[in-house]
Amino acid sequence: MFPACRYYLQARRCIRTLKAVQVGHVAPQVYSTQRSSSTVPRITTHYTVYPRDKDPRWEEIEMERFADEADVVIVGGGPAGLSAAIRLKQLANQHEKELRVCVVEKASQIGAHTLSGACLEPTALNELIPDWKERGAPLNTPVTEDKFSILTEKYRIPVPILPGLPMNNHGNYLVRLGHFVRWLGEQAEELGVELYPGYAAAEVLFHEDGSVKGIATNDVGIGKDGSPKDVFERGMELHAKVTLFGEGCHGHLAKQLYKQFNLRENCEPQTYAIGLKELWVIDEKKWRPGRAEHSVGWPLNRNTYGGSFLYHLNEGEPLVALGFVVGLDYTNPYLSPFREFQRWKHHPSIMSTLEGGNRIAYGARALNEGGFQSIPKLTFPGGMLIGCSPGFMNVPKIKGTHTAMKSGMLAAETAFSKITDENLQSETAGLYIPEYKEALEKSWIWKELYAVRNIRPSFHNYFGLYGGMMYTGIFYWFLRGKEPWTLKHNGLDSAQLKPAKDCAPIEYPKPDGKISFDLLSSVALSGTNHEHDQPPHLTLKDDSVPVAHNLAVYDGPEQRFCPAGVYEYVPLETGDGMRLQINAQNCVHCKTCDIKDPSQNINWVVPEGSGGPAYNGL
Amino acid sequence: MSARVLVGVKRVIDYAVKIRVKPDRTGVVTDGVKHSMNPFCEIAVEEAVKLKEKKLVKEVVAVSCGPQQVQETIRTALAMGADRGIHVEVSGKDYETLGPLQVSKILAALAKKEQADLIILGKQAIDDDCNQTGQMTAALLDWPQGTFASELTFEADKLKVVREIDGGLETIMIKLPAVVTADLRLNTPRYATLPNIMKAKKKKIANVKPADLGVDVSSRLEVLKVDEPPQRQAGVKVETVEDLVGKLKEAGRI
Repeated sequence: MFPACRYYLQARRCIRTLKAVQVGHVAPQVYSTQRSSSTVPRITTHYTVYPRDKDPRWEEIEMERFADEADVVIVGGGPAGLSAAIRLKQLANQHEKELRVCVVEKASQIGAHTLSGACLEPTALNELIPDWKERGAPLNTPVTEDKFSILTEKYRIPVPILPGLPMNNHGNYLVRLGHFVRWLGEQAEELGVELYPGYAAAEVLFHEDGSVKGIATNDVGIGKDGSPKDVFERGMELHAKVTLFGEGCHGHLAKQLYKQFNLRENCEPQTYAIGLKELWVIDEKKWRPGRAEHSVGWPLNRNTYGGSFLYHLNEGEPLVALGFVVGLDYTNPYLSPFREFQRWKHHPSIMSTLEGGNRIAYGARALNEGGFQSIPKLTFPGGMLIGCSPGFMNVPKIKGTHTAMKSGMLAAETAFSKITDENLQSETAGLYIPEYKEALEKSWIWKELYAVRNIRPSFHNYFGLYGGMMYTGIFYWFLRGKEPWTLKHNGLDSAQLKPAKDCAPIEYPKPDGKISFDLLSSVALSGTNHEHDQPPHLTLKDDSVPVAHNLAVYDGPEQRFCPAGVYEYVPLETGDGMRLQINAQNCVHCKTCDIKDPSQNINWVVPEGSGGPAYNGL
Repeated sequence: MSARVLVGVKRVIDYAVKIRVKPDRTGVVTDGVKHSMNPFCEIAVEEAVKLKEKKLVKEVVAVSCGPQQVQETIRTALAMGADRGIHVEVSGKDYETLGPLQVSKILAALAKKEQADLIILGKQAIDDDCNQTGQMTAALLDWPQGTFASELTFEADKLKVVREIDGGLETIMIKLPAVVTADLRLNTPRYATLPNIMKAKKKKIANVKPADLGVDVSSRLEVLKVDEPPQRQAGVKVETVEDLVGKLKEAGRI
């Protein structure tokens, strides 16, 4: 087109409108300028913020949903959800009972949204599927070497890991958790579990008595501006006697359930960290299969919780899984976890492993750090919470898969006895199963989490990291958590940021394209994609808050903590001022924004199913 | 109308995934990588289902060639509205070398066996970009072909096809039976919703081997090696025209 021509803008707008008319619905620009009279451009169009029953565009649309009945519906096809499904079917077969178990999973295939280090403790797996080796479970790399170090900018100080400390990994396996979850999915299907990847649970359904009736999957075919497209179809309702919610860390349905049933009134708020991970094919000479390396210290300062992992996998080619974890209670809004990760890779001890290698995968996910103190109420009429959703991660061990699996198994066992109890008189239409909590309290999960409950909070002192390590070395190694006190966390992660004017910006080095990389090429490696013509699933309760508050006070921390470049502050077309641009297609479903937003204005809801990252064995 | 439509669907690596070449450079990594139905095949299925909804055809049969996993792709076609599926089992080395010529021989044999009146395919697959299967199938069957279709209408016993060509749009009239390949603007495919996926589990998928159809799937092509495209070199900025000419001379370009 001719930029110099004074009709350029008009012509461009005309072509865009024409194209939109051809496709069949109104162009978002035209709609938004009609709607928003203020200077804040319309960002959020999702029906959870702008309900459809008041929206004239939805008047003629049929909103009736097809419904189906199952015995148990499980939300989330991860370690917890699949372990629960497998256990349910094992019990059903054992007792010769018919049981319909349905698992809905937002990823396009089981394992595609799974991301973890991972160092798996096989305790829960040994209980669930004792013959896992014969069945070909992908646990190919037993840990042969454990290295722990404190990093300074140039040096590496090794720290001995005595047996008995939680970081000791004898007997554990380095796995690609996505592949392990895929294998669990195959085991589940063999037993007759109905797996539905590509369908996200978007809504919790309730009986008239307030108990959970089941879930509804996401609607499809809603346009970017919130209007129905020709291909619009309602999601489907899946009703169940009990629904298990295993959405992983900071699930969006769990967030609603906490409010609905007041599940968090007697526990501390959950605290989190963000974990970023890459897979590298390295030079064979540097490959030490079975070695698990962890570090703390540089590049984080002593008051920012975090550290790294580097695992040498033994799966044929010289593959290492490495990553960086940053506690989301960090205070400096200029901190970028992604850039800390990229910077850490340049440490001499890490660079020596990566030199000459090739990066083949990237991803990120939030993880729980609250441990024992943050476990909410786990059962409510019609439902139960399993896995990392309520949060059973053993933080100093940095392992949560074995506890997630065990929680799924216990949920399955207690649900099974309730469902098959012929003399059951339930007060509510959805089954209430408090036996699950009792079973958890008697199990090894409880003992384990209780023993390590004080390690993470011990970092909240003047000496930060070093105070925490001293506490672990003294109290944990001798007392194994038997000390009579329970330390508290610091409160909500989102409340920890200091205003930008009180903090110093951090100078990050430019990525060199060989060891460290820029954000957008990393996001491309995650394979993430979403249908572009749908309402952004990162919804804002108030569109004006980002510029008025987040940018004004904290210099827009979301542009830095999002590991996928979803949030960008760009200048307004009119010249003065900025606006928030949400690139929803980049989202890798890590949930960090929902956790860390200082205004708690961002509400992550599930996009159309099968969107999101396409991790392969991450 | 008692017409039967055969629709070919191909399972390909999802378009948003970053492709990685195998370390031995014989192909690309496919194990565990996200796959989905070829976007042009989705459009082909949608067109066939639309014809059935308009009662212009009686039955839609979805066909795919490949290993066990292609059954998922056939199920998606069934969930979109196809009546039954045919899985032509090709696996291992044969699947790695399976190309348009073998697939068109298979489709031609199936068309005769199933007495199909219309074959709708995607115009090309996004992994090999061959754009050959539709044309070869028509030639093997000696049927007329309407390729790059952006609009399809029935007129008595003929088919009016509007084709997308370099110069614009071309409208042709072809007699049935015929082969049509779908281009981007033919339609917008519907979603395969969960209730339909559940119903699709009850629809039949027949298993057939190429040998049963009398087709030899051995390839006449041998892939020597597969490489990544060369890394894009950074550009160089020059200040004046003389600099530009100097640099071009240095590079031996002029």
